[in-house]
Amino acid sequence: MAATQPLLNRRLITDWLGIAPFALFAIMFLIAPTVYLVSGAFLDPNGNLTLRNLVDLFQPNILAAYIISIKISAASAIGGAIIGFALAAAISLGSLPAWVRSAVLTFCGVASNFAGVPLAFAFLATLGRLGLVTIILRDVFGFNLYATGFNLLSFLGLTLTYMYFQIPLMVLIVTPALDGLKREWSEAASVLGATPWQYWRMVVIPILWPSVFGTLLLLFANAFGAVATAVALTGSSLNIVPIVLFAQIRGDVLHNPNLGYAVAFGMVVITGISNFIYIWLRMRAERWQK
Amino acid sequence: MIGKRFWSWLAVFVAAVYFIVPLLATMEFSMRMRRGTYSFDAYRSVFADQRFAETFSYSVVMALITIAIGALLIVPTAYWVRLRMPYLRPVVEFVTLLPLVVPAIVIIFGYLRLYNSSSWLPLTNTDMGANALLVFGFMTMSLPYMYRAVDTAMRTIDVAVLTEAAESLGARWPTILFRCIFPNVLTGVLSGAFITFAIAVGEYTMPSLLNRPAFGPYLALIGANKAYEPPALAMIAFAMTWVSIILINITTRLQKGAAGAR
Repeated sequence: MAATQPLLNRRLITDWLGIAPFALFAIMFLIAPTVYLVSGAFLDPNGNLTLRNLVDLFQPNILAAYIISIKISAASAIGGAIIGFALAAAISLGSLPAWVRSAVLTFCGVASNFAGVPLAFAFLATLGRLGLVTIILRDVFGFNLYATGFNLLSFLGLTLTYMYFQIPLMVLIVTPALDGLKREWSEAASVLGATPWQYWRMVVIPILWPSVFGTLLLLFANAFGAVATAVALTGSSLNIVPIVLFAQIRGDVLHNPNLGYAVAFGMVVITGISNFIYIWLRMRAERWQK
Repeated sequence: MIGKRFWSWLAVFVAAVYFIVPLLATMEFSMRMRRGTYSFDAYRSVFADQRFAETFSYSVVMALITIAIGALLIVPTAYWVRLRMPYLRPVVEFVTLLPLVVPAIVIIFGYLRLYNSSSWLPLTNTDMGANALLVFGFMTMSLPYMYRAVDTAMRTIDVAVLTEAAESLGARWPTILFRCIFPNVLTGVLSGAFITFAIAVGEYTMPSLLNRPAFGPYLALIGANKAYEPPALAMIAFAMTWVSIILINITTRLQKGAAGAR
């Protein structure tokens, strides 16, 4: 040990030199841009500290954008989580043939990555004014979808579209958790005289809720940050946060750069909180999957 | 038991309808271009458009550069952290998860403010600078996936033993890294690479705000101006996603096989 003592300092320097490229990259292209925007949200145009921008977020059109964004994200996350959970339970516990399981999982891998502009095109071709489903409903069933007030460029339409990548994501994350339910647990429960309902309520739900709730938050954040699908689907006709921010970056439509930073800050806060809780819950959930 | 199986089939069936109908509808719509009959005219028109090839190859090149630089940055970092600075692992892991917390649109907003024409490093002034920003943006977006894939692959090898063995045979650092560590984590790099590729090629927000002639903004432009080409492009994109997922599955299976053989 004594011989390496003088080397310690040099060793420490090489240690830090080895990590320097990554540190430089992370600071320049991840941390600094975020810190710049976040701090900008607390400054006025003259560089003085202010909370004005955050208060201004509550003006009607920005508040409305946040509310509709939160509504769409929550609806598509909850819908995606429920349907995704049912599908995951079916392939994991439903004693279906093995090929169904692997087909569903492979398809989910593809569909969870099929987002952005192409997804918008697919739904326009399905439920748009000339979409296949719209036409079949009209010509075969005599049901005019658009006469009921349905519009793909609306809350319902966007929610339905987002679920196309939300459901598969839920399936992919929850299936391993469901597979982790040990057979012995259900056997032990039934030996002890538990009804299936008691088994679910007292064993399965306490074990699974961190995965399910965590994934729900991940889906929420996922939908909240989705820009491309929304822009391609609605142009800029729907007032949701990513579209407001997109327009603000393009041409300062809010006429106040610092207010733009505040909109970005609000987005980071919402996706940040949901993702932090997701990561934390996921660590809890992994205890049962060893 | 029969009840359980019935509900399972029902769930799979309902999901299958929801997922397959849009694909059928997209396919049908994309073949409507010629009046009164189905044809592949829309696909012909897509491939005949010169901008399709230009923007697509631009995006592919950017994705490949992202993968190369990303691998060169992340493999040595993950290796170094495991070997010499294990106490930094939580910090590095936290940083690599940050892009999940900060949406891509916010990151690119920050770039445009920090590196615009009146800043200390005016990257947006030149095409090369903007391309570099795009590559760094893609790297940031793929960081959580790339780092995880490489780190998982590194878990299956003992970096300390490999390093000592190489050192005692007289190898220098570049040899250790490129002839010893890289080949051993290649499956991790590959699966990270396919995810990066899938993210980068279709990405809309970043290239569009940086005004780059990439595939994502081209898709949006076609969507705004044409009727039958967009669904054809959606089908092509779906097929490409399918291919990359199959490649990811193959590489992860190889990785598991390699881990199991040890």
